[in-house]
Amino acid sequence: MEKMVNIFLFGKKYEVPENLTIMTAMEYAGYQLVRGCGCRNGFCGACATIYRIKGDKELKACLACQTKVEDNMYIATLPFFPLVKQVYDIETVPVTESVMMQLYPEIYACIGCNACTKSCTQELNVMQYIAYAQRGDFEKCAEESFDCVMCGVCSSRCPAGISHPQVAMLARRINGKYLAPGCGHLEDRVKEIKNGDFNELIEALMEKPIDEMKELYNNRDIEK
Amino acid sequence: MYSEKFQKSLALVEAAREKNIALEPDRMTAKQKEDLLAAFHPDYKKDEFQELKIGPNKGEKVPTELAEILQAHSRISASSIDLENPDYETDVLIIGGGGAGSSAAIEADNAGAKVMIVTKLRIGDANTMMAEGGIQAADKPNDSPATHFVDAFGGGHFAAKRELLSQLVCNAPEAIQWLSNLGVEFDKTEDGTMVTTHGGGTSRKRMHAAKDYSGAEIMRTLRDEVLNRNIPVIDFTAAIELILDENGRAAGAVLMNMETKELMVAKAKTVIIATGGAGRMHYQGFPTSNHYGATADGLVLGYRVGAKLLYAETLQYHPTGVAFPEQIFGALVTEKVRSLGAKLVNVNGEVFMHPLETRDVSAASIIRECSERGNGVDTGNGLGVWLDTPMIEEIGGEGTIMSRIPAMWRMFAKYGIDIRKEPILVYPTLHYQNGGLDINPDCMTTNVENLFVAGEAVGGIHGKNRLMGNSLLDIIVFGRIAGQSAGAKCKDVTVGKLTLDHIEKFEAEIGKAGIDTEKVSPVLLPDYTRRK
Repeated sequence: MEKMVNIFLFGKKYEVPENLTIMTAMEYAGYQLVRGCGCRNGFCGACATIYRIKGDKELKACLACQTKVEDNMYIATLPFFPLVKQVYDIETVPVTESVMMQLYPEIYACIGCNACTKSCTQELNVMQYIAYAQRGDFEKCAEESFDCVMCGVCSSRCPAGISHPQVAMLARRINGKYLAPGCGHLEDRVKEIKNGDFNELIEALMEKPIDEMKELYNNRDIEK
Repeated sequence: MYSEKFQKSLALVEAAREKNIALEPDRMTAKQKEDLLAAFHPDYKKDEFQELKIGPNKGEKVPTELAEILQAHSRISASSIDLENPDYETDVLIIGGGGAGSSAAIEADNAGAKVMIVTKLRIGDANTMMAEGGIQAADKPNDSPATHFVDAFGGGHFAAKRELLSQLVCNAPEAIQWLSNLGVEFDKTEDGTMVTTHGGGTSRKRMHAAKDYSGAEIMRTLRDEVLNRNIPVIDFTAAIELILDENGRAAGAVLMNMETKELMVAKAKTVIIATGGAGRMHYQGFPTSNHYGATADGLVLGYRVGAKLLYAETLQYHPTGVAFPEQIFGALVTEKVRSLGAKLVNVNGEVFMHPLETRDVSAASIIRECSERGNGVDTGNGLGVWLDTPMIEEIGGEGTIMSRIPAMWRMFAKYGIDIRKEPILVYPTLHYQNGGLDINPDCMTTNVENLFVAGEAVGGIHGKNRLMGNSLLDIIVFGRIAGQSAGAKCKDVTVGKLTLDHIEKFEAEIGKAGIDTEKVSPVLLPDYTRRK
């Protein structure tokens, strides 16, 4: 017989097997999820959840699909949080720290409480990547924030009203487009294809009988 | 930390590690692969398939679960829908907010069309978000689109539509460039050279990645771009039936608010189906690596208005789904783990295959190891084999796992397993729908005008099996083509009177064929209530 634990979904008590995640426990309890459920694998950030274990002062945040239930866990899901996403044109966006001043000036109101970092469901150093953004160090901000799933828990805890995931998104796109080194072999290949350099090779493959294709495939050399 | 019952096998794996790292296992011959697949691949289990009795693919076999929803009732009757006063009117209606739908939206917007996305969950809730390993493109000097073609054609059992496959490989480098220009952060060396690796069945190292968040990085960038362009995204709204005009051309869809169940009508000059895959149908009872909404909706919508399917009988079982712990059962362990050097090892610590055979062959080989050969590890929730991840650190140096596959480390660390020091247990999981709707190279379906398809809902690009990294590629390449084609086509379209007559015709066929069913479709979401 599997061991059962008591959990409280939005304050209401349910008894569920202890080996379930919060998400599967909700389903076990009878919820047909529409909100707060996406990839079920820790990548999409749909299932941000806050909880407190009875008697514990600390309020914790997690992804419901990645976290096991515990006895006396009080659970509230946070399927949507009103993040601010500013609209910009990636082709003309300024690649200086002034862009942050223009689009997300509230990052300069950070009081350094570190609540964002403490609440991050991905254990990222959120306050640090915001500090990089303040300085216009997009590369470091991009790197530090890379594993962000944009669940929004950090922003829900921020007294300065910062939309951290959107700030990081902007930094990553600027870094990817403007600051990362260009790629010569990619540009060359695109030009060669446009120039028709491979047309003959491809056309030959379009008509080749299946037997010859098999021959070609089964005897191709494979890079070590 | 693994419990006592795993320790004996674990000790064998550790003892053999040095020897196993040095070992270069043979690749299978064509004949060996054929025999293996026939005996152990789920696609070859005849009693799991059912013949379609109605519709454009009548007489062909598809998985039983798919046959049931393709031949099910509509969720609505035509008489309950007011087609005269559409709630939305647009040039291009895109159904689905994943990588293909978002790419299509951006390109249709570039073409000057009025675009709208409807998605039953949120934009980005899609398999694209979960693709970990990477995206293929032949952009290195030792590689060429022709080599890429041969790899993919052979890997797909010589069944791909060549006119689609040539589009895929020839547009691949430009797709990478397009994504880079949108700000996607690919792994590069300091001089800008792309860091590329092998995938199963590739003959050149052409797998580009963004750590092991490749799909997530692409998806969040595309989503940001769609939002920057103010393209309307109607979320938590499913398309539940296509609408044709009096001339039989696609002209919109009936929409349903997933929360309030309100029905609405969207009228459009062209429609793009970008609804993705079918993992949540759990064919043959397999777990899945797919996102929550992967229920083959697009195939159902298309089939009911007469669009043809191609290779709907072939599914991809990813060889390395999580077999343990139970909480993440079926989740994806990216193929990149094997690209970086980890080998598959059985209960006795023996390497039983080359780690980079194609996915269908690898999956069948693991199933054989766990069944006929009796060399599986009992996980308490089924069987599995070891994937020896500590090899990666020994081969690539300490820190390789954290810099190249941090998401994998994180997923297992939550359950007390440090993949840098301990191997993991894997078993095949339902991963990809190889088949789908039949299209021409411009992405329009072969037999319903103005109905376009892109992404996993398409059949024929890969043939009967798909190589790693060709799906992220296909959603970008064909998403863009669909957006360009539909965006251009809509300029010449005058929509006739809207109709839902096809519902009644389909009902009549169901009756005539003697199909006795209470099922309605599309499925929209799986029902996991009251289940473990």
